[in-house]
Amino acid sequence: MFTIIKTRMVRLILAACFGVFTSAAQAATELTMYYPVAVGGPLTQVVDGIIADFMKENPDIKVNAIYAGNYNDARIKALAALSSGEPAQLSVMFSIDIYELIEQDAIVAFDDVVTTAEDRKWLDSFYPSLMENGRTGGKTWGIPFQRSTIVMYYNKDAFRAAGLDPEKPPATWDELAASAKKLTKADGSQWGLMIPSTGYPYWMFGALAMQNGQVLMNGAGNETYYDAPATVEALQFWKDLGAKHKVMPQGTIEWGTLRQNFLEGKTAIMWHSTGNLTTVKKSANFDFGVAMLPANKRRGTPTGGGNFYIFKQTSAEERTAAMKLIKYMTSPEVSAEWSIKTGYMGVSPAAYQTAKLQDYVKGFPYAAVARDQLEYATAELSTYETGRVRKALDDAIQAALTDAKTPAEALKEAQGTARRLLRAYQ
Amino acid sequence: MQSSNMMRHVYGWLLLTPAAILLITFTHYPTVATVYESLFSKGTSTRPSRFIGIENYELMLEDPIFWKVLVNNLWFALGTIPASIGLAIAMALLVNKALPGRSFLRLAYFTPTILPMIAVANIWLFFYSPDIGLIDQVLGLFGFSGHNWLGDPDTVLGAIIIMTIWKEAGFFMIFYLAALQHLPPELEEAAKLEGASRWYYFRRVVFPLLMPTTLFVLINAVLNSFKLVDHLFVLTKGGPDNASNLLLYYIYENAFSYFDTSYAATLTVVLLTMLALMALAQFFILDKRIHYR
Amino acid sequence: MIQAQNTPRKRSFADVLETFAAWFIAILWISPLAYAFWAAFHASEYAIHFDLFAPLTLDNFRQALDQAPFLRYGFNTFVLVSMLLVGQFVLCTLAAYAFARFEFAGSNIAFGLVLVQLMITPEILIVENYGTMANLGLVDTITGIGLPYMASAFGIFLLRQTFKSTPKELEEAARLEGCGMFGILWRVYIPLARPTYLAYGLVSISHHWNNFLWPLVITNSVETRPLTVGLGIFGAPESGVDWSIVSAATLLSVAPLLIAFLLFQRQFIQSFMHSGIK
Repeated sequence: MFTIIKTRMVRLILAACFGVFTSAAQAATELTMYYPVAVGGPLTQVVDGIIADFMKENPDIKVNAIYAGNYNDARIKALAALSSGEPAQLSVMFSIDIYELIEQDAIVAFDDVVTTAEDRKWLDSFYPSLMENGRTGGKTWGIPFQRSTIVMYYNKDAFRAAGLDPEKPPATWDELAASAKKLTKADGSQWGLMIPSTGYPYWMFGALAMQNGQVLMNGAGNETYYDAPATVEALQFWKDLGAKHKVMPQGTIEWGTLRQNFLEGKTAIMWHSTGNLTTVKKSANFDFGVAMLPANKRRGTPTGGGNFYIFKQTSAEERTAAMKLIKYMTSPEVSAEWSIKTGYMGVSPAAYQTAKLQDYVKGFPYAAVARDQLEYATAELSTYETGRVRKALDDAIQAALTDAKTPAEALKEAQGTARRLLRAYQ
Repeated sequence: MQSSNMMRHVYGWLLLTPAAILLITFTHYPTVATVYESLFSKGTSTRPSRFIGIENYELMLEDPIFWKVLVNNLWFALGTIPASIGLAIAMALLVNKALPGRSFLRLAYFTPTILPMIAVANIWLFFYSPDIGLIDQVLGLFGFSGHNWLGDPDTVLGAIIIMTIWKEAGFFMIFYLAALQHLPPELEEAAKLEGASRWYYFRRVVFPLLMPTTLFVLINAVLNSFKLVDHLFVLTKGGPDNASNLLLYYIYENAFSYFDTSYAATLTVVLLTMLALMALAQFFILDKRIHYR
Repeated sequence: MIQAQNTPRKRSFADVLETFAAWFIAILWISPLAYAFWAAFHASEYAIHFDLFAPLTLDNFRQALDQAPFLRYGFNTFVLVSMLLVGQFVLCTLAAYAFARFEFAGSNIAFGLVLVQLMITPEILIVENYGTMANLGLVDTITGIGLPYMASAFGIFLLRQTFKSTPKELEEAARLEGCGMFGILWRVYIPLARPTYLAYGLVSISHHWNNFLWPLVITNSVETRPLTVGLGIFGAPESGVDWSIVSAATLLSVAPLLIAFLLFQRQFIQSFMHSGIK
């Protein structure tokens, strides 16, 4: 009996030693990564699938991908993890968090991580407009992953019923107002157009401003142009859609229920993220179309979505592993698969040249609208103190739309707030 | 119970110690720390925090959003507290009688209490949706046009108040129900014998006897009116243009979205002060008018 | 014996009115939950249209479970609430015992300080408490969610009251039988306070099952996230809400507590009615 115990003990000790040795030999680099899901659907499963494939191809890297909620949540979690001693090595976060992250000294520029000439070229392999939000001070801080633009969804059946050509969606502001007027029914059962003004009003407004030839901030992140004449015009136009042309409900329009409103036929046209494309395609029981946003002085849309960031608190091995993961997840094949499953855009021209995405676009041409619109796209609103600076604009937009202030007053106030907040960063 | 004079002090404190440690760590210490932190500026890795005295408070007094938030909270309290308490008393009185279907009534009134506010908000988001939402659909049946309840700064606070009353009344009802069932039945008989009307009986006998419960419920209601911000995450995020923003939500935004923990601390000091004042007011003013048995 | 004679007819009309009012309010009150049930069991198209003969479906639940690990969230919540209950019972009993039966120096001031927590709950001090948790290394742990609540002023208050109203004779009797301090606590005070424990337990369970703000801030990962936070981040995607799935998710989150309430309803009310020796 004693001998049995002894042999068991010996075996146990041997096994432990062996285990230690083998695990030391296979010392896997462990990566923890936070990511947000900002569009509906079982996206966590898609991400898990991609990560699993990556780990199969790279058995010496173990990835722990944690779903963190929306963009706000992901940033909070990632930063909190940094200060709590259990840091993540990389994360997908809002493209516009860049200044905050730099100020917190949390991230490292990709220029400081890439070593080979090939990698340096890789930095330039993405769509330039998608890189705008990820670059400042001449360096690249974020690599595009789940990116989107705003597109115009429209109800072709409603167009036909109103006597409009369903293959010719409005291409200018005037055409938009005119078409929407025809599409608005007097009994209130159908509006012509809905642009959401809760949730991310500054994002929608970025499109209108750009269409009027005006950017909202500078490239260094320390100046805003909220009260430029063209900006005020853009807000006036948004307000007039509801107040003057009466094609849109007055007051604010709820972001979360907009898609439902469109699918229910409550509005014939909606401006929304391409991230909705797959869901709309599945659920629409009418013929619908997707088009680029209309132009005034030019076409325009902000980009949106999340980028990959690498944190500063990482070792050299972790950075190498993180680079591998990021390269994998933004590679043309994976990006194509991601785009098809989610409605986000492919992040590089190469992605759209894969057979997968080419076939998909052939079968569903609307999937390429966002890509085609990239030519006219601009960076999403992003500055230092980004949360507050953004909120100043959000509040101004809502104040103007609910008639609490005129667009000029509201934007002047917002610009004053922004200037005060950014003074320290000049 | 006192074995010896000395020992009872020792034992008393020993028994209290575990709870005391936690209370000090998570209530008393943070309160002091908050006041302390409000005297410093926002710190980032590149620009560390420094002592700025009452500058944060000056900034706060100039912050229009702060004032809006404060006013909103006061309206919110005024809107929810009397109404939910009144409704709770009414419900308790109704359920206390042998009305048909009494258990169903009790269930219906109390159910909102066991739902988390976040779930409540999700459901009511549908109710308040313009045109397609339930309230607008019902109004449509009567010929009224739809309204953007949550998107209109004039109605959003009211909409949230109604939802909160719905959630809170049933919870308070239980306490009143318990108190009612402890009232000696002789009181009611005596009142009937004297020919008192039901309203008189209620006003002069029942309501004063319910005062201890009312005080207890009032404390809860006041606290909730400051604490309950869960629904803002789902419904309005404080909008439109801060029309529905509340103090605790603003604190959360400042601390966790803007990383300005010092300003958040400043706002928290205001919140603490208000809670302390309300607590004191309740204890002193109402304590005098309570009949204890 | 003089019988009070209110006119019978007037009486019963008031009764009918009351019954009607009670039922009207009850229907209003239950309709939001009823709506959640409706939307959860019907496909999205019917979430807004109330077609009585629309087909029932369990698909929404399947999708909700697909999109977020609600079962895991439920498990986390269960662990959290259980841990809290045990912690609260122990800590509050000891503290209440001290306040009720030991006149120790400074007990009044101490009690006053305890009552501060009735008003100043951990959520109010969310910023500092988060910092404390980070220092303790308890961020993103279930313990971290529960720890600030374990010493509950409400619990101490209730138990102190109950202990105070326990007749001293019982204590004397126990002492005569040779019980020490803890023996008396265990044999006399705790059993007699059972209705209080039950009532407090139910209140604590439902409060912490439904707590949102603090758990939101303190948890990051699926392994610690409770149902409320899971529901909160579930229902807020960039692309908007699907009522049926959100309702299904809501019901999943609420179901355990709702069922427990339906089972315990009588106990809960009864515990107020039979509240022991006064």
